Amino acid sequence: MSHAMAIETTGLTKRYGSIEAVRGLDLQVPAGSICGLLGSNGAGKTTTLKMLVGLTRPSAGTGYVLGRRIDDRNDSVAIRQRTGFVSEGKELFEYMTVAESIRFTSAFFPAWKPDVVSRCLERFGLSTSARVATLSKGMRGRLYLLLVLARGAEVLLLDEPTDGLDPAAIEAFLQLLVGLVAESGATVLFSSHRLAEIEQVADRIAILNRGQIVLNDSLDALQSQYQRVHIVFDAEIPAAALALARTRSGSSDGRTLSLLVGSEVESVVEQARAWHARAVDVAPVTLKEIFLEKTKTSKGRDV
Amino acid sequence: MFFKPNAASGVPIYLQLMDQVKHAIETGALRPGEQLPGLRKVAEQLVMNPNTVAKAYRELEHEGVIDLRQGTGAFVAERADRRREQRFHSAQPVLEAAVRRLAALGISEDEMRRLFESEMTRLREKRRAGQR
Repeated sequence: MSHAMAIETTGLTKRYGSIEAVRGLDLQVPAGSICGLLGSNGAGKTTTLKMLVGLTRPSAGTGYVLGRRIDDRNDSVAIRQRTGFVSEGKELFEYMTVAESIRFTSAFFPAWKPDVVSRCLERFGLSTSARVATLSKGMRGRLYLLLVLARGAEVLLLDEPTDGLDPAAIEAFLQLLVGLVAESGATVLFSSHRLAEIEQVADRIAILNRGQIVLNDSLDALQSQYQRVHIVFDAEIPAAALALARTRSGSSDGRTLSLLVGSEVESVVEQARAWHARAVDVAPVTLKEIFLEKTKTSKGRDV
Repeated sequence: MFFKPNAASGVPIYLQLMDQVKHAIETGALRPGEQLPGLRKVAEQLVMNPNTVAKAYRELEHEGVIDLRQGTGAFVAERADRRREQRFHSAQPVLEAAVRRLAALGISEDEMRRLFESEMTRLREKRRAGQR
């Protein structure tokens, strides 16, 4: 167990009856990073986060958060004391006011940060006298995030935290999050379906597909590693090029071949010239393209 | 001083920030010896990852554009502008001529960018072949 990793799992598995929600997950999140956890619906993101925070027990394999074992009872309590968890449900105390919710929650967390509370109240535009039961869905989301961000957690596990928020609230939340990370060096594991917000604030990406990790790397490395190569031929696309496209999950349209290429861009370009391609273009790739390719090929649909 | 990077462009954000700092130095918005905003300030203003800001600053130091001083922050290197200015000064007419000729051929801006990118790849490929 390396201390450079705030979160590390090996062979983490969760079975519900005959269904394997998470299958032999090996995930590493370095301390101080913001890691985007991506995956289609049912890919195992929520189950993974719940296992990390001790809300459900792994069927096999194990993991560590801040050096503590997630499947050890005592360690799990220690993990929860130092971790903030945003769950999908976003449960709140309905009968309290915003101010009462804040005061009540603060009592449980010794590292509570009043300055984060005031920053959140201001940027989220929350009124402290409002009763929780009367808040709109967006305002509930903001209060919930305030209560998690202010607890001085060393690790934040966020399950679709921006779900139901308007664009202004999302931007305010992301700003609070990066400020918090800059200030305290907290580690964030952040699941979302909005690839744009992940691209904006994450420095690492983990992509889950059908319960398995298909990619776990730094975003910069991914963006400089993957490129889209367009090859235009004078005549029909050579069979060898089509064969290459099949292994690179490419697509062809008339005399044009489009490939998503990893570290071997140069060799593909070289190959294209050997085939007397008329033109070869290389363009940068967005996280969305990488995500779609990664979750497509590993399902085996495209091969 | 800086504007929000375009996260969806596919160009790594630390490279975009590095370009912005260099541009600010070229235009004189940042002068030699002046201090750059701190990691947290940049991260909050541009809503980006503080580690990414740190990476951009480290790379800029590596290129001799800024100096990182322990505990006090990042400063524009003395003469950073002049060295870069001179290099840019000689490069600019070359590029201008090329762009003008491409435009005369009816090549669009977007096509120029892609041609440039593919030419850079070809250059890297040649360099790599030369090393073998």
